Amino acid sequence: MKPVEIQHISKSYSQLRALSDISLAIEPGELFGLIGPDGAGKTSLFRILTTLLIPDGGEAKVMGLDVVKDYKMIRRKIGYMPGRFSLYQDLTVEENLQFFATIFGTTVRENYDLIEGIYAQIEPFKKRRAGQLSGGMKQKLALSCALIHKPEVLFLDEPTTGVDAVSRKEFWEMLQRLKEKGISILVSTPYMDEASLCDRIALIQAGTILSVDSPNGIVEQFDKPLYAIRTTDTYQLILDLREWQLTHSIFPFGEYAHLITTHQVPVEEIKTYLIQKGHEQVVIRQQKASIEDCFMDLMPAVA
Amino acid sequence: MIQVEGLSKRFGDFTAVNAISFSVKKGEIFGFLGANGAGKTTAMRMLTGLSRPSDGNATVAGYDVYTQTEAIKRRIGYMSQKFSLYEDLTVRENIALFGGVYGMKRRRIKEKMDELLGQLQLMDKRNHLVGSLPLGWKQKLAFSVSLFHEPEIVFLDEPTGGVDPITRRQFWEMIYEAAHRGITVFVTTHYMDEAEYCDKVSIMVAGKIAAMDSPQQLKQQFEVDSMDDVFVNLARG
Repeated sequence: MKPVEIQHISKSYSQLRALSDISLAIEPGELFGLIGPDGAGKTSLFRILTTLLIPDGGEAKVMGLDVVKDYKMIRRKIGYMPGRFSLYQDLTVEENLQFFATIFGTTVRENYDLIEGIYAQIEPFKKRRAGQLSGGMKQKLALSCALIHKPEVLFLDEPTTGVDAVSRKEFWEMLQRLKEKGISILVSTPYMDEASLCDRIALIQAGTILSVDSPNGIVEQFDKPLYAIRTTDTYQLILDLREWQLTHSIFPFGEYAHLITTHQVPVEEIKTYLIQKGHEQVVIRQQKASIEDCFMDLMPAVA
Repeated sequence: MIQVEGLSKRFGDFTAVNAISFSVKKGEIFGFLGANGAGKTTAMRMLTGLSRPSDGNATVAGYDVYTQTEAIKRRIGYMSQKFSLYEDLTVRENIALFGGVYGMKRRRIKEKMDELLGQLQLMDKRNHLVGSLPLGWKQKLAFSVSLFHEPEIVFLDEPTGGVDPITRRQFWEMIYEAAHRGITVFVTTHYMDEAEYCDKVSIMVAGKIAAMDSPQQLKQQFEVDSMDDVFVNLARG
């Protein structure tokens, strides 16, 4: 039985089409990423799956149970960490954990082995009020509370948004360890680099799924020539390449700019064009697309 | 443009910012990085005239952060992810409001407004509520509004959080363009690839500046390929 099955789900908020005909299935024990920016529909989809929102059309099942008809049973079996910190700010770390254990009909001790690795890091602060924890610690507490009843499926809605790069890495390491314990995990994130840490991903934008595959699969599907280029003036580089007739798209990517050409072009030809435009210390290499390159190429044309 | 020497801020026993020193040149894009809780926001608040330092010296656009905070506020632009524009006012109303708040004359506001609306292709949306715009357009408009009164420095606090990857890059092109026009840009971000767009980057750890240099120099210093790795090396200790 698949932990999550979504068939032709749609949802609108008055004029706004939040989700259009979404179909997706998660395999048991999978770490599945829903990758997309703000407004893509990630939170709406999560709320439907966690039985907090009723879809306008389509069906979804969690652990074989219908999200509309069997919502009460689903709520007992899933763990959910919503986008914003949702625990009780004026209860202590310890009190929050005990509270959630109790309402799920269990005790902190019973499933402590599951959260031990995570909770150990905030245990020294157990008497501190949750509202006074740092962002990284709040995350760990929220995750502990979502796991305390040993759910079969874990839903994490943007757990790393707004958190620094180190805490993000640590969080994903924790997720890998949870996956090893057999929990199916559906996690959403706007950070494209986190996509490569998932077993499979769905790229979502403006309520539509652009692609579903393993991270490698998505990259293998990309069939256009891509070059990473660096010169001493990134801004001018982009302006100059935007004017070039062989350019399909040009975007900054940190120190390098990523150029996608209309067809395969010898590196020397690109170099000649740039030197002619006055660029210095030109470095060009053809390379494989990253998930972010693929996402940007799949996105419908932006204004 | 910005000169900081031994700047500190204490809240009771807690030292949020511990004697930081740096300078930012005109037209530079300066990246101010650090984990949440490292002291970035507190430091920014002192530089934007919103918080009085406990110790040290700083001047912004030549004005003293202790005694000339009102002058500072007039000369700078500011945009953050948390607040930028009023959602229940139209595009035009927001532009006029911020222009007015910064003391621009009505005629100047009108002239520049049409120019701005044209550049952002928002002319036909000028009477739409800002709340109805997609996030990416809002962010680009907010940035333009922060520059509307032609400040010498603009402070951007995580301006591209959550925005789609294409809009994020269009936004940075707008930053490049502003820097090319001589505007100094002070920006904080959690996207490490964005750190690479900066001329100089400082990384705060527990209230102190742990490293500061160009992205290229920092990567060489730590013998790594990306700012992400520089950050992880520093912040993990």
